[in-house]
Amino acid sequence: MDMKLFGPVIHILLALVISPLLMGIINRTKAKFAGRKGQPLLQPYYDIIKLLRKGSVYSTTTTWVFRLGPVAGLSAMIIAILIIPSGGINSLLSFPCDFILMAYILGVARFLTVTAALDTGSPFEGMGASREMQFAILAEVVMFMGVAVLAVGTGKISLSSIYYTLWDSNFTNIAPAVFLVALSFLIVLLTENARIPVDDPNTHLELTMIHEVMVLDHGGVDLALIQYGSCLKLWLFSSLLAGMAIPVRTGIMIVDMGINTVGILLISVFVGIIESGMARLKLLHIPQMLLAAFSVTAAAFLWVLR
Amino acid sequence: MTTWIDIFLLALVLTDFRLLASSRLGAIIQTTVFQAVSLSACMLLMAVRPISIYIIALSIVTFTVKGIILPWLLRRAMREADVQREVRPIIGYSASVLIGVVLLGLSFIIFMPMKETVSGSAFLMPGALFTTLTGLMMIISRKNALTQVAGYLVMENGIYAFGVILAVEEPLLIEMGVLLDVFVAVFVMGITVYQISREFDHIDTDRLSELKD
Amino acid sequence: MTIYLILLALIIICAGGVVALFTGASYKAATWIGVASSILGAACAIFAAGSALFCGYHTSIHMAWQIPFGSFYIGLDPLSAFFVVTISIVCAIAAIYGAGYLKSYSGRKKIGAAWCFYNLLFASMLLVVIARNGILFLIAWEIMSIVSFFLVIFEHEKKEVRDAGWVYLVAAHIGQACLMCLFIMLAGGNGSLDFDLFSVSADKSALFMLALIGFGVKAGFMPLHVWLPDAHPAAPSNVSAVMSGVMIKTGIYGIIRIIYILGIPAQWWAYTLIVIGAVSAVTGILFAMAQRDIKRLLAYSSVENIGIIISGLGLWLLGLSMNNMVIAGFGLIGALLHLVNHAFFKTLLFFGAGSVVHATGTRNIDLMGGLLKRMPHTALLFGIGAAAICGFPPLNGFISEFFIYISAFNLLTCKVQGGPVEGGLIAIISLCITGGLAAACFSKLFGIIFLGEPRSEHAASAHEANGSMLVPMMIVAILCIFIGLLSPIAIRFIAPVVEQLTGSGNATVPLSMASGLLYKISLAGLSVVVVVSLLWWVRYLLLKGRVNTKGPTWDCGYLFPSYRMQYTASSFSLPVINMFRWIIRPSLNVEIMKGYFPVKGKVSTHTDDIFRKRFFNPIFRFVEVVAHKVHKLQEGRNQLYVLYIAITVLVLLLIKLR
Repeated sequence: MDMKLFGPVIHILLALVISPLLMGIINRTKAKFAGRKGQPLLQPYYDIIKLLRKGSVYSTTTTWVFRLGPVAGLSAMIIAILIIPSGGINSLLSFPCDFILMAYILGVARFLTVTAALDTGSPFEGMGASREMQFAILAEVVMFMGVAVLAVGTGKISLSSIYYTLWDSNFTNIAPAVFLVALSFLIVLLTENARIPVDDPNTHLELTMIHEVMVLDHGGVDLALIQYGSCLKLWLFSSLLAGMAIPVRTGIMIVDMGINTVGILLISVFVGIIESGMARLKLLHIPQMLLAAFSVTAAAFLWVLR
Repeated sequence: MTTWIDIFLLALVLTDFRLLASSRLGAIIQTTVFQAVSLSACMLLMAVRPISIYIIALSIVTFTVKGIILPWLLRRAMREADVQREVRPIIGYSASVLIGVVLLGLSFIIFMPMKETVSGSAFLMPGALFTTLTGLMMIISRKNALTQVAGYLVMENGIYAFGVILAVEEPLLIEMGVLLDVFVAVFVMGITVYQISREFDHIDTDRLSELKD
Repeated sequence: MTIYLILLALIIICAGGVVALFTGASYKAATWIGVASSILGAACAIFAAGSALFCGYHTSIHMAWQIPFGSFYIGLDPLSAFFVVTISIVCAIAAIYGAGYLKSYSGRKKIGAAWCFYNLLFASMLLVVIARNGILFLIAWEIMSIVSFFLVIFEHEKKEVRDAGWVYLVAAHIGQACLMCLFIMLAGGNGSLDFDLFSVSADKSALFMLALIGFGVKAGFMPLHVWLPDAHPAAPSNVSAVMSGVMIKTGIYGIIRIIYILGIPAQWWAYTLIVIGAVSAVTGILFAMAQRDIKRLLAYSSVENIGIIISGLGLWLLGLSMNNMVIAGFGLIGALLHLVNHAFFKTLLFFGAGSVVHATGTRNIDLMGGLLKRMPHTALLFGIGAAAICGFPPLNGFISEFFIYISAFNLLTCKVQGGPVEGGLIAIISLCITGGLAAACFSKLFGIIFLGEPRSEHAASAHEANGSMLVPMMIVAILCIFIGLLSPIAIRFIAPVVEQLTGSGNATVPLSMASGLLYKISLAGLSVVVVVSLLWWVRYLLLKGRVNTKGPTWDCGYLFPSYRMQYTASSFSLPVINMFRWIIRPSLNVEIMKGYFPVKGKVSTHTDDIFRKRFFNPIFRFVEVVAHKVHKLQEGRNQLYVLYIAITVLVLLLIKLR
């Protein structure tokens, strides 16, 4: 195989295989902090496999839109994974402003999830859909602002080349800005993946949920696709964050890939720690938190312009 | 070296955002301590090598006044007046942060042409201006007298940061600034807030405007 | 030769209109004539414009005319040809849709007159974009305004329709007044109003501002959009589609043309455009989000899309003024592509809205729901339109927004010290917020109208639209998908325009870069389609032969859910509206329930257009007060009028001869 293709292909395979493990790590970390033994690390895999074996129950209200949601959501995640680099290793699909395509593909997934939720006619799912859209607007702005900072800092406008040059010779020049962006990306990660303090994936009251309530009516194979999709989404954001936050580029592909993967797993642990240590924010405070992330990126932007 | 100065100034800018975003007085006071740290650090870093004893003394005084005495006074006033947080600001926290982002951008645009002429860091002038503006914002948009005093302090920090540029050449100016701080502390804190609180059982300045006639 | 073809197109369209007028109330005859002449005319026009675009026949006719300064001077350069093609496609398709849509009015309305106005609107738009003389342009522009006014007040028995019409007429003429000043100033000393003889002696910036206001009223960006959210819902849906799809774009044409005539732009023009674009895009989509009236929502979304186009044009100007052709080229490609794309998907959405309104008899989306089961084809097509307008790959909206983004990001990275980084940042952030809000807005629109259970009798008894309404929707939807998936081909249509507007030879770099990019985007788009179909197939295989049951929606333990408990459009948009309430200022009226056993409570929300309420209403009230004062001069006595005349003559003589 062509060596240029080797790295990205490995990254995609890693993402497809390991991503459910991230959920397992988060759950395990939370269990440890709570003094429990916790579920097996591979529990997300078991869940997905079990769900894949089931039949289906559909509401009589629903239509093809409801059935399309999970399928298209997962496909969008897979395509988005093709675009992101793994640390300094180029992605399979890279071109100027490819992150816009990535953001919009994530938008497609969100749009279809939301319409699938509305398709059930359930007031709870409508509520979740509405909140999801609200927070996504702000999270997207923070994300774009962050990428703009990196683009100005490195002078490159494709994700792969940004990440390739990120920790280059002018590293000291932009390092503070990059760390600030990484901080705001962490908030975006928590928002987009419906983690505490934005959303509690384990809550038991439908009224308080955001993401989980939208998929209340999905079951069996569809739910498996959704869960796998959210694992991939977590991988995607973790990979972007790890590439930013870990200032090491050895130039040896396998080593870089390993470092990045370890970074991704560490981020999962970190997310677990955050979840153990924090309470959920009031819904009204989530926009404020994202706004704070935005102001941090704004400061970072001025840093790279200086 | 400029990078380190810039990092401290960046911290200053970030603390400004924290001031704009937080409602708890405790957090605000704590943030002013951070500002004092970064200002005195800037001062040390800006100075011409070898560092004179004068500069070190100045920066220690700065830190003591801004980072220890004033926060202590503020905390005490907070206890006396028994207020924990700003209840209903005139401009909400989200809006304050948004306005803050715009002000930050404006401060940079204003000082863009002077970038080359000012010695040292390119972050200094805009950061100083932004801190001043943040202080003003706090005075304008908050009702609680203690938050307003903190705002005054932040504004003063901004002006002080302007002064840091001149610290090497005009040390007297800085000293005057420090003295002014002490004056503010004694005057505003000690007398006004305490009196208001004793007289009215609250320190909501909005309701003081009823006294105007 | 080709220029005569477009003349022929104009004649066919006008003749068709006039003949349709004389068919009187006969629905069938009028419709056949109207549709046939529109399609035939459009075919001629497209052929002519196509040859101008691809074979480089830039011809013109110049004939002397009796009107002072006037001459019948028309020409077809790539810019005109581009607009001719867009206008012709949309008008021809909307004519087919109109044939089905207007059927319900037959007997009640004079269908012949409607077709006459429709064809005249089509012809006048074509004339506007090919006119090369100021007087001719203004005449065509005026015909366009008047004729569209008549189309807006098609249902003039309703009061709100008449009001909308008047607002539109007043707005259009304020714009027209600015344009007259503009052309008089452009004519300058040499006394000719032919476009190529303009001597730009006057202050360029003043000219630019006049053009911006004059054309801006038609284009409908904030804050000159006030006529738009009233006029679009008032008009029949085929006309709304044409108005929103292409008529407001003639304003954009005007702005581009004047900038082209004025030459190298000043940098602050570019900033003006970027800021206007950002404001229009964000506030436009926010107001759209707050609407419940389906067509009003679409009208506000037109304001948003005009904002996006204007942002692209701003980046074009910024690139030109910096002499950076990559930024200029990408900005322009984005703006032009978005213009075409918006023409297509907004047409599609207005068609869909028309069918929905036709089927349910209401424009309030809070009364709809569950229409997907009742009108499956319309729902699918409307869904494509909604996804396209959100800018989702692999549909066309993405391509154009992508180019504007990439232009802005190029601007950021070129990082001239103290340079126009702000411009790029404003464009990026506004586009990004707009994108998020558009997704929220159109998921609400699609979800509330078509999904869930019907919320009223109207929606429950809805029926599928007829063929003549579905076929045009299909054509436009296919065009949207085509531009999205095969964008490298689509970009060839605008390449000549880009070459013309960036100066010869300058466009090669951005254009070749663009087509390289588009191949990859198309690849990504296609792979989305492939992966979705693969997964769908896998899902199908997995579920085959297993127990697949049906049941009610999970009710979270509440046993008696009813259709009235579903989330409505208002509740869906509430969090977003609240988040931005400092911009759009919605009003909330709550009647508090009283007593120990309250019977009835009431909550209503309303979102007024702040620009209209806070800006235009006070101005017009002031004008009214002044007018009342001036009214005293008009006493009704002849002697007094003669006195005025005498005084005027005396004063004039004194001034002139002294």
